[in-house]
Amino acid sequence: MELKKEMLPEILRQMFTIRKFEEKVADFLAQGKIHGTGHLYIGEEATAVGACAAIEANDYITSTHRGHGHCIAKGADIKKMMAELLGKETGYCRGKGGSMHIADVEKGNLGANGVVGGSIGIACGAGVTIQMKKLNRVVLCFFGDGAFNQGIFHEAVNLASVWKLPVVFICENNQYAMSTATKIAFNIKDFSLRAQAYGIPGTVVDGNDVLAVYREVSRAVSRARAGQGPTLLIAETYRWKGHSRSDAERYRTRDEVAQWKKRCPLKRFKKYLSKNNVLTEEEIEKLEEETHLAIEAAVKFAEESPFPSLDTLEEGVYAP
Amino acid sequence: MATVELTYKEALHRALREEMNRDINVYLLGEDVGVYGGAFSVSLGLLEEFGAERIKDTPLSEAAIVGAAVGSALTGMRPIAEIMFMDFITVGMDQLVNQAAKINYMYGGKTPVPLVLRTPGGSGTGAAAQHSQSLEALLCHIPGWKVVMPSTPYDALGLLKSSIRDNNPVLFVEHKLLYRQKGPVPEEEYLVPLGQAEVKRKGSDITIVPLSIMIPRTLAAAAKLSQEGIEVEIVDPRTLVPLDLLSIIQSVKKTGHLLIVHEACKRGGFGAEILSQVEESEAFDFLDAPIRRLAGKNIPIPYSPELERRNVPQEDDIYQAVKDLLEIN
Ligand SMILES: Cc1ncc(C[n+]2csc(CCOP(=O)(O)OP(=O)(O)O)c2C)c(N)n1
Ligand SMILES: [Mg+2]
Repeated sequence: MELKKEMLPEILRQMFTIRKFEEKVADFLAQGKIHGTGHLYIGEEATAVGACAAIEANDYITSTHRGHGHCIAKGADIKKMMAELLGKETGYCRGKGGSMHIADVEKGNLGANGVVGGSIGIACGAGVTIQMKKLNRVVLCFFGDGAFNQGIFHEAVNLASVWKLPVVFICENNQYAMSTATKIAFNIKDFSLRAQAYGIPGTVVDGNDVLAVYREVSRAVSRARAGQGPTLLIAETYRWKGHSRSDAERYRTRDEVAQWKKRCPLKRFKKYLSKNNVLTEEEIEKLEEETHLAIEAAVKFAEESPFPSLDTLEEGVYAP
Repeated sequence: MATVELTYKEALHRALREEMNRDINVYLLGEDVGVYGGAFSVSLGLLEEFGAERIKDTPLSEAAIVGAAVGSALTGMRPIAEIMFMDFITVGMDQLVNQAAKINYMYGGKTPVPLVLRTPGGSGTGAAAQHSQSLEALLCHIPGWKVVMPSTPYDALGLLKSSIRDNNPVLFVEHKLLYRQKGPVPEEEYLVPLGQAEVKRKGSDITIVPLSIMIPRTLAAAAKLSQEGIEVEIVDPRTLVPLDLLSIIQSVKKTGHLLIVHEACKRGGFGAEILSQVEESEAFDFLDAPIRRLAGKNIPIPYSPELERRNVPQEDDIYQAVKDLLEIN
């Protein structure tokens, strides 16, 4: 399973978009322009983009607190995302959710989640809907290495396995849960071993290689569509920035970060594209400039949007 | 209208059947709900009728049960999740409190989560501290949940159907001691809307608001008090969220006295909420005596039969509480 050549520029565009969106968010966080916190996806772009390239528009994803990348890869409108981050009425949640709760259920994004592990069970539920309504869809369930140690992971993956739910569980192992290194939190190195306990396939993939992620997720998606049930994928990657707004990063060395930056997913993919004559350097630069402009437009839209009216404060607690 | 006698359990069973026949998106999931029929056999026989696809036996995983219910509700199904004992909702608490309750609001008000969480609560079966609690106040405290506590077969049937049709998470508390209670139920289809109290007994001297199992106990106490010339008005709120405060206020304005009775621990129990809401209302000026609460003691449910019984209000406690409140000796 290889990506069609004509899709490759789009893949690059998404990766650029995530990188630049997050850089802008980092600026805004530093300037205090964003009211809450934010968990940045810089360094992990290949995982969300490669994974979402392997599904169709009407498939589902569930996301995490570090969700901006998943949203963009699932095709979210960055204008509405930026507006949400600035707490505006025009945001995805009309300013009620903020960074950790961006969702677009109609488009298949079942939402970011402020509770680590909180969406793993929800992914199973979407799988139940697909199965019962015979929808031929799948669910990509993203979660971190920290969430991998939550109790609900065990419950939900086992449920998905015995019910053969069309869910692909994607553990984004960015090596840390806040300050907690995986070597402190796990007594195994190969996380895919856990799949055996549930009777499902488990694979480790280089999460910084967008094509490799695409390939493995595609395989798991085919399995899921064929009614063969869930798969556990471990995407090995790295978070470049601090955990959230405030993080002194006392738990890792600059050298370690520098080593991982050498494995930049964007640099790697750009190299691949020019080496294989998919895009010239100039074309890549042009694409980068376009995403830059798109981010600026999103910022403008968000900044010019109104804050929600106080009349909306109590709206939506209950559905009509 | 022709009626039949049904037990509370049969009424619940009929509600499940009717709604599953009406709407293909309705399904039941929970531990041992299939062949076994659920711990209290409410769903017994539904597996044969609707198949394993719609009567789903789950692994022993409360968080996953609620999580799966939330996810499928969010994507177009109308799940009914059964949690075997109310005590175990705590195992799925993140899914209940942070997920189910929040999704519609925090995602901007356009993502309803139509699910029902059916669960048996209450003591009296000798199951002790971890299988006997009345934890409704926990979810009453969480905006986003509706909370339903039927006390009769009629209400159980009509309220469960309305709960299934509601577009929000609904906690539906079934009292274990009520499962065998019989009562008249129309043969024809009907609904009982959420948020509508019912006066279960008319009276002029005191208003009592009992929850769930306390309704039959209060009715029994009221019959005895009536012989002594004290006429009790019993207002069954039936749903705690939304609460039909107006019906309670109307009754209190008439009687000038209010007693609230529930099984859950008194401290932080829903009675405190009813009390406060009445105090803050126009009914306050009509009160001839302070409002009183009669509720479970602030202890875990004990095992030994008499200890268990004395822990929660019984008929004679209600009788006495009325006399105390009215200062009649
Ligand atoms: C249940 C829960 N516990 C703790 C937290 C606080 N918290 C937020 S993110 C995080 C680390 C999560 O690590 P991981 O799952 O690896 O995701 P990452 O941040 O690395 O993407 C913690 C401890 C939380 N949000 N939810
Ligand atoms: Mg991590």
